This record gives sequence, structure tokens and C-alpha cells, in this order.
Amino acid sequence: VCTSRFWFNYRHVANTLSVYRSVKRLGIPDSHIVLMLADDMACNPRNPKPATVFSHKNMELNVYGDDVEVDYRSYEVTVENFLRVLTGRIPPSTPRSKRLLSDDRSNILIYMTGHGGNGFLKFQDSEEITNVELADAFEQMWQKRRYNELLFIIDTCQGASMYERFYSPNIMALASSQVGEDSLSHQPDLAIGVHLMDRYTFYVLEFLEEIHPASQTNMNDLFQVCPKSLCVSTPGHRTDLFQRDPQNVLITDFFGSVRKVEITTETLSLDRDAAGFESKFPEEELATEPLKYAEQLPVAQIIHQKPKQKDWHPPGGFILGLWALIIMVFFKTYGIKHMKHVF
Amino acid sequence: GGMAAALLLLLLLVAAGPGPGRADAGRERRDALREELLLSPLPTGDVAATFQFRTRWDADLQRGAVSHYRLFPKALGRLVAALGVRELHLALTQGFWRTRFWGQPPLQAPAGAELWVWFQPTVTDVDKAWKELSNILSGIFCASLNFIDSTNTVIPTASFKPLGLANGTDHHLLRYAVLPREVVCTENLTPWKKLLPCGSKAGLAVLLKAERLFHSSYHSQAVHIRPICRDASCLAVSWELRQTLTVVFDFFSSGQGKKDWSLFKMFSRTLTDTCPLASQSKVYVDISPKNKEKELLEVSPPPTSVHEAIVQGDKKTYAVYDLLSPLLFNTSRSLNVQLKWKRPQDSSEMPVPTLHAQRYVGGYGLQTGEICTLIHNTHPYRAFPVVLLETVPWYLRLYVHTLTIITKGKENKPSYIHYQPAQDRRRPHLLEMLIQLPANSVTKITIQFERALLKWTEYPPDPNHGFYVGSSVLSALVPSVTAMKDTDVEQSPLFTSLFPSSDGSSYFVRLYTEPLLVNLPTPDFSMPYNVICLTCTVVAVCYGSFYNLLTRTFHVEEPSRGGLAKRLANLIRKFRGVPPL
Repeated sequence: VCTSRFWFNYRHVANTLSVYRSVKRLGIPDSHIVLMLADDMACNPRNPKPATVFSHKNMELNVYGDDVEVDYRSYEVTVENFLRVLTGRIPPSTPRSKRLLSDDRSNILIYMTGHGGNGFLKFQDSEEITNVELADAFEQMWQKRRYNELLFIIDTCQGASMYERFYSPNIMALASSQVGEDSLSHQPDLAIGVHLMDRYTFYVLEFLEEIHPASQTNMNDLFQVCPKSLCVSTPGHRTDLFQRDPQNVLITDFFGSVRKVEITTETLSLDRDAAGFESKFPEEELATEPLKYAEQLPVAQIIHQKPKQKDWHPPGGFILGLWALIIMVFFKTYGIKHMKHVF
Repeated sequence: GGMAAALLLLLLLVAAGPGPGRADAGRERRDALREELLLSPLPTGDVAATFQFRTRWDADLQRGAVSHYRLFPKALGRLVAALGVRELHLALTQGFWRTRFWGQPPLQAPAGAELWVWFQPTVTDVDKAWKELSNILSGIFCASLNFIDSTNTVIPTASFKPLGLANGTDHHLLRYAVLPREVVCTENLTPWKKLLPCGSKAGLAVLLKAERLFHSSYHSQAVHIRPICRDASCLAVSWELRQTLTVVFDFFSSGQGKKDWSLFKMFSRTLTDTCPLASQSKVYVDISPKNKEKELLEVSPPPTSVHEAIVQGDKKTYAVYDLLSPLLFNTSRSLNVQLKWKRPQDSSEMPVPTLHAQRYVGGYGLQTGEICTLIHNTHPYRAFPVVLLETVPWYLRLYVHTLTIITKGKENKPSYIHYQPAQDRRRPHLLEMLIQLPANSVTKITIQFERALLKWTEYPPDPNHGFYVGSSVLSALVPSVTAMKDTDVEQSPLFTSLFPSSDGSSYFVRLYTEPLLVNLPTPDFSMPYNVICLTCTVVAVCYGSFYNLLTRTFHVEEPSRGGLAKRLANLIRKFRGVPPL
């Protein structure tokens, strides 16, 4: 989730896209990723190289790529939509790509970046999500059994305050800075004119580039990424709610997706005519007279169009009040015995 | 009884007999893919490239349980069948087509996202189906189409007649919406490419690389689904899916200052092989001579054939490269079409299109304003009618009594007006007019509006950017220079057969004007805390002073003596009942 808008927050979009790129490379398909970007940097009119988002200066690595699917973009990234995605309380007509369809055996990775403070994260410069709301959302997820294990990574200023309030089991959290510290950005690119990445995510990306789907690196290595000498802020982590030992948790448990494959040596024969689907076309009834295309600008028909029948609406409050006033005045003046003259 | 049953059984067995035979007949290919690329150099030195991928399926999606999808994408087929859609047109555009300088567009779309749909007469609740459709399409194309609701949907009565087969045009089955703020980027192109049968791996779609396509003045990708005639007799219906992508490359930003173009310069790739699923795959290059002179443009390598057609009322010549012909890839493995100008063009030769329009906001301040539309008819002697459709959001309150239409200094009364006023927060304004444009004239349409103050929760996160008003739509039957002959749809190139033409003397064109950006009076959102503090301080100082002045009285008080110890001692003495010190 990237929660920042405006061109000067280019680095937050680059952060999110680099994590997106890593998890896609390690095997998680787009149908299992919900990507939220609060603003469009790649096709922003200020971007000197359209359709690209770079993470390293001198434009070495384009993290936007050619195969990206953003599920929530621009004004859709709000606190309400984010919490609805997490808890699953989503309007019924939402398409599948915008839902988190997880169950009690799914491991979920949540990565958030943006501007934050002590206990809150700012969404699009107009609203905030507090650590209490986030903890409650995770508890709702736990009660509905929407996750097996959850890894929460946050790269904002004072990020550690966001995981202080978690109380649901099986959550591991990492943050880029402690309470009272700012997360700093890595390097600007003079051609693009903005800072490209944040330090913590830059070193996490470097770490993840070494991982491949079969690697055995565990979480303790991820905790060592970006020491204070490189990051200036002190990254923190929280594992007390997690049941397994972080030593035994593989990085690919959260960042990659490894499918169980069963190899068989027997041959299966597929019956050609078993379904017979091609032959199931029902015999179509042909029209009796030729069908026609509509005229694109039927001037005569337009001019003589009957005006649309206005739907009858019951009289509004003002009209009713006016009539009530008139009738009251009438009967006050002339008395009720004149009613028989009216009817 | 038993005899009849036995006879019936026998008949059934006989009927089921030629089952395998019918299965073989059903195996014939019922869908076909044609792909086409049209390169047209524009008068200003830029070049427009229009891709069209057309999948035609000879099956009726509405009736019958169709479960096997081959070339027609399943996502769109299921959508059409489940929601009772008769026609669907979705366009996502970045940039603006400058009709005045570039000429009439083959198919223009307004900036942002545009969706218009005709539903089948069997659909009972059209609004519910429309809402579901926009949500499903927002998931397929990664666009924020779920923001389409009653505040930006209108029901046009005279424009947007169906482009496919139709029997009866009850406009209550039509819905039209525009989202001018929608951004188009690679995440919209990716699912669009995935709908193509060959994806972006073979055929013309290998040229579609996002880094080059979005570095352009105009990029428009669209999806059109409509029912068409299966053959000349038109007794059966086929479904057609057209995916079109138009991009205009700017010759200034592509460097080197020379007006020569090639596929490699435009797309940074060349064509290497064809899509095996396509029955036709061609590249057309517009080499029409201007002002009836000899050719100005030279193309290399030499084309496989030359095609002449009457497009948009004018005779045009095209160089055709048929990618499926074996002669083309004889000499080299890749095809890089190059266009070179034989002699330099000068700007005085720029032809002016017969119909073009522009729109702008007039007035000053944050309270009132005026929308002005200028429509130019540059034909020397023919007049023709045009339908103007304007959709204005509810927060710009239009005053219809200020609507004026002036042509050549005189008032021009429209032959048909349909105006539907807005309802706050529920419905936008809709203004549709049929105006006659006299020959060689400029028509100016002005209407004044007042800006509304929104509630503070209704402002978007960046309200100082401004609020967009969607493009207005001009639909016209423009008289052709050369009469068009009725040609077979299947044989002619795709770019000539999008609009069904009724007679050859005029051709149908749909133009869009610029979208407008207006500022609404915006509060300063960074100030609530400061404002509360300041206001409370002022109120406390003023009101508090008055209250004290009016109610405070002074009285003498005994000086208090003694410190804490004395007070404690007094307390104990009070308990004991002894008088204090």
C-alpha cells in the first residue's frame, strides 16, 4: 500500500513497486496481490520518462515494468477501502481482483509506506489510520480466520509506533524506524528531480534481489537488514505474538509462493469426444427479414421526438404546505359549515 | 400406446444417429481474428498509428449456453451474456486529438475514461446492471470505473445511436458516463493486451511497449463489442470485438528534428512474425497525395500492394504490407517500414478539416463563469446539422436562460433541445441540441454557470488541482468530397468499417472538445486547528470581557493569616468544636 499523493512523494510509489516486483518475481501471481497506489507517478506529466518508475539513480532499474496491475488507484486508496479489504466487508459488486480472498491457511504480507507519525499513518494528506484501528482490523481478521500468519512491514517515520498495539496471535512486524526517529530517503536523481527510494526499502530490495524461490534464508537475516550505520534510523521488529521461532521462518513463506507439485509417471488419456462441447451449439433460429444497422444521426427522427414523459412525483413539502395554509385560511374565514359547498 | 412409444423411441434413435457427423460440422472455426495497423502522417509532421484487432464470432452470445471460448475472451463474453449487454464501448485516453491541426480522427475518444453501453430490451433494471457492469470492468481493466454512478451518468436522447445491429432504439436502454480525471498508464494496457488472442508475443501486438506508447501526445485504447451482420443477407447475428489503440508520436520529442519515421523509431521494435491465430494481418501506410500532386511520401521496403479507398469522404491511397504473404519476409527476418518525405513540407499546405470545435471557460473569480463552445464549419457551400451533447457536473449550476447560440452575428435557434437540469449530488446537467451549421461559418454557444460550495467531506484529497468537466460530444454527418460506394465489410480494411454508412454522400464523424478544468471555492484544509484556537481565543476575550463588565462586583475580603500549619490546627479545632485561632 502506498498512501502518499503528489509528485514529490515519488519514493513511496517506488518503495511499493519494488516490493511488488520482488514478490511477483518470487512466484506470487497478480490474483493474489492487492496493490494500492495513491497517485500515479509513471504517467504523471512531470515524469521525464513516462511509464517508468526508477528505484536506483541513473535509471538502472525500472520497477514499474511492463506487466503491472494496480487494484486500487488514486482516489480509491482510502482508510475505509483499506480496512474493508483487510476485514472482507466489501460491497457485493466488487470484482475479485480487489478482494482479499484469504482463508485460515494463507500467509499474508502487508507492506505500507507513506508519511506517518507517532501512532498514525497519513492517507493521501487528508485522513489518517491509527495503530489502534489497525490492531482492531487484524483482530477481526483473526476472528474470521482470514490468515494463518501475517507479516507486517512499515516504512514511515516513527514506524514502530504502528505495531505497538497489535494483540492478535501470529503477527510479526517490522518497521523502518523507532518512535521519535524519522525514516530518511536514499538518494535523489537529478534528471527526475525527486528522491527515488527510502533507505530501509532500498536495502530490503537489495536483500530480496538475492532471494530465489528455493532459498533457505530466514527472518533473522531480514531483521539485520539496514543497520543504523546505513539507515540512520534504527529498524525495529516485533515477534512476541508469533508462535514459531523467527529462525525457522523462511523468507519465501511470506514473499514467495511455492506450489506443491506431484510428479506422476503414468499416462492419462483424455477422451476426445467426452465433453463434445463444440457440437453443443444450439441450432439458431434465423431472422425472417434482414436485420439493419441503426442510423447514426437520424435528423428527422430526432426533431420529431416526443418529449419524455415526466415521471409523476408526489407534490413536495413546499407545495403541500402552501395548500394546507390556503385551506386553513379559507376555513378560518368562512367556517367549517361551508364545507358542504365545496364537496 | 406401446406402439406409439416404440415409434417415438425409434425416431429419437434415428435423430441421435448422425450425432458424430454433427459434431464434425460443429468443429469448423466459428471465430476469426483480423489485425491491422494504419500509419498516417499528420500535417504537422507527427505520425498517428492506429492498431485494430478484430475478433468476430459467429455465435449468439445472448441465447444458448456458450461455454467454450477460443479467440473471443471469456471475461468479456461472460459479461455480455450475464448482464444483457447489446453494445459496449469503453475508451481510456490520455491527451487530446487536435482536430484543427491533425485532421479528422478515425475514432476519437475524450480524455479520461468513457463508457457507453446499450442494453438489451430484456433487462428490467438498467441502472443496477450499469452499476454492476462498471464495477466488473474496473476490475478487468484496473481503472477506477467504480466511480461511475448516478452523479456522472446521463441518458442521451439524440447522440450515441447504436453502432451495431439494432431493431428499435429506445434511449432508456442507453447509458453514457465520462470520468475525465482518469489516468491511463501501463496498468491499463496490460489487461488490454491480455485480451488479445496472441497476447503481446506475436503479430502486430509486439510493437505495443508501454515506454514508447505513453511517451506521446495522444494515447487512446478502446474496446468495442457489438452485434454485426454475419453475411450480406444479414439474417444471422455475429458478435464483434474490436480493440483499437491510437497513438500519436510527436516529432519534436522523438528527437533528431527530422520528419522521417520508421517502425523502429516509433516503437523501438520491428515486426518479426505473425500471429498464427490471425486470418489477416496487414500494415497500411497512408501515402495519399495532397492537392492532387504527385506523391510526397516514400515508403520502404516496397509494399506488397496498393489499396485505394474512400475514407471520410475523401479518396485516399494506402501502401499495404500483408504480413501473411510469403514475399514479405523473403529478404530479411524483420519488417521495418520507413517513411521518408521526398520534399520538405511547408505549413501553408495544411488542410483544414471540415468540422472542428473548441471549448473554453470564460469569466473570472470563483463565483460565476461561462462555458463557450466554438464550432467551425469550413465547407465552402454545404451546411449540415450537428448534435452537441454537454454533460456538466451538478456543482456548476448552469443557467439555461443564458444559453445563446450565435452564427455569423445572428441568433441560431436549434431544431431540437433536450435539457435535463441537475439534482444536487444525484444527477449532472445534460444538454443536447441539434444545430444547423451554415456553410463557412463559426457558431458560438455560450452558457453561464455559478460555482457551488461543496460540503467539506466531498472535496477530493487534492482540491486545489481543480475539478474537471468532461468533453462535450459533437456528432455530425459531414458531406463527403467524393461519394462513397457501398463495399463489402469483410473485404475492406477495418478502419473504414467502424461506422455503418447509410448513403455515400456524407460520412458520420464524432468529435470531442477539450475537457475543462474549473476551480471551485476551496477552504484551506490545513487550518482547522488554528482556526478553532483563534476563534475560541477571540470569543473568550470579547465575550469574557463583556460578561465580567456586566456582572462582576467587588467586595472586601478579610486578609488570610497564617500558613499551612495554622490551617491544619484550625481544622482540628473545628472537629473538636473549639473556636479557631
